[in-house]
Amino acid sequence: MATTDTLPAEFSALEQYLDWDLATEPERYAKRLASSMTEMQAFYDVAFPKLEAVMDYCDTFPIDDLPEDARTLMHLMQSLVMVSFPIEAWKQPRVPDSGAAWVELIREPVI
Amino acid sequence: MAHFPKPDAGSWTENYPELGTAPVDYNDSIDPAFFEAERDAVFKRTWLNVGRVERLPRTGSYFTKELPSAGKGMSVIIVKTKNGSVKAYHNVCRHRGNKLVWNDFPNEETSGTCRQFTCKYHAWRYDLDGKLTFIQQEEEFFDVDKSDYGLVGVRCESWEGFIFINFDQHAKPLTDYLGPLAKGIEGYPFHEMTETYSYRAEVGSNWKLFMDAFAEFYHAPVLHQGQYTKEEAAKIQKYGFEALYYEMASPHAMISTWGGQAPPASMDMVKPMDQVLRSGLFGPWDKPEVMANLTEMPAGVNPKKVPQWGIDEWHFYPNLMLLIWEPGWFLTYHYWPTAVDKHIFESTLYFVPPKNARERLAQELAAVTFKEYALQDANTLEATQTMIGTKVVNNFPLCDQEIMLRHLHKVTGDYVTGYKEEVVSNGHH
Repeated sequence: MATTDTLPAEFSALEQYLDWDLATEPERYAKRLASSMTEMQAFYDVAFPKLEAVMDYCDTFPIDDLPEDARTLMHLMQSLVMVSFPIEAWKQPRVPDSGAAWVELIREPVI
Repeated sequence: MAHFPKPDAGSWTENYPELGTAPVDYNDSIDPAFFEAERDAVFKRTWLNVGRVERLPRTGSYFTKELPSAGKGMSVIIVKTKNGSVKAYHNVCRHRGNKLVWNDFPNEETSGTCRQFTCKYHAWRYDLDGKLTFIQQEEEFFDVDKSDYGLVGVRCESWEGFIFINFDQHAKPLTDYLGPLAKGIEGYPFHEMTETYSYRAEVGSNWKLFMDAFAEFYHAPVLHQGQYTKEEAAKIQKYGFEALYYEMASPHAMISTWGGQAPPASMDMVKPMDQVLRSGLFGPWDKPEVMANLTEMPAGVNPKKVPQWGIDEWHFYPNLMLLIWEPGWFLTYHYWPTAVDKHIFESTLYFVPPKNARERLAQELAAVTFKEYALQDANTLEATQTMIGTKVVNNFPLCDQEIMLRHLHKVTGDYVTGYKEEVVSNGHH
């Protein structure tokens, strides 16, 4: 997890959400399940409008050699994607009708 | 209905008269004796896909695959040898039967790179070709010839970068087994799609029930309506589902379908995140360059060359499903039975490596979306297993869009029957 004051000025609003700076899907998924809808809505409301600008910023670097601040931004946007289902579709942290089912991601590309 | 033409026989199912049209008996999914017979008749004798060659990038790269589906404790080592070929061995040391390759937990799969395999127990060593090269205190043994104690080989062959193993030393070659459906898609750029996301789930249902779920798209407008706006969901449900084409080439089968095209007809159909990242349930909308530059798609992909084409799904018997998506990516499903009412489900998504952050996040959304729906599908199945298990209802009417389910259960029944007859006539296993 990054420390504060690590993001470019145009993304400073995201600094209060650095607890979502998580590199792997299992971490992001666990945080989603452990968060309330209010918490995720607050993160989404700040992060979603920044998505385009973050991609433009990160695309000024090679994808396999991102500087630290861009990596942090990418992790935040990966977390945004993770919370987008609860916010935009399900209206709850868990997948509806998923009961006790558990699907584990075992291999993934990590930024 | 009938938005797309069916065969002259009147239906896809009647086009294959051996399938019949009667309700299907699902005792094959709840009977423990049938499950035991399946292990011997199917999983010990057919070609099983264990992954792709990209998992073995260099000499000495290996991974282990636990295969309880073929018998309790079965485990195989798959390795890239010095001459570049891929070989497979039973994961058992010839000295006193210790499991040869494992890490921390003997029952968990592992992978890595090595020059040789060394047993943790007494340090017996085997080279990448499976030959026994070192015996600790060899002089203490009695006339042991190392050449008699190599690792026990397992048949291992590849097709288009997919590695298959077979426990039957007399099985016909892999490409003969895979037949014309596989032949038809040779040349698809599988090897360019090396950015992978792999999932695993323990599912409380018979393996065939989960295959059933992914062998028909008839359920999609109903079970997965949550991804659409309310109006769009109602429209889709009214329209229902019809495939473009089915082909049974026993024991294998395929379905070609519309849907999954990108971008969607209207932005109102999809969530805000999908709109910004241009991605979703059907994968990233923008084709990678590899696909745009492909001069000719293999004849077996979108076999009817229909403009509305979205997805092709092949079922390579027994337990591999391969899906090629119109926007230029593919995924695999594997179903590994561990008990009559349990199996391990695995899936891997394969994308062309992203060139930039935008492409990377489009793939991220596709991967996240995949898991959301897999969770719904898995949960539905556990309830199905429970209800079939009550035996309140034994026979289930399957519609024409469920032909691949009918085919799967028939093929499996035929394998088991054939195997039992063989055992009786040979008087042994």
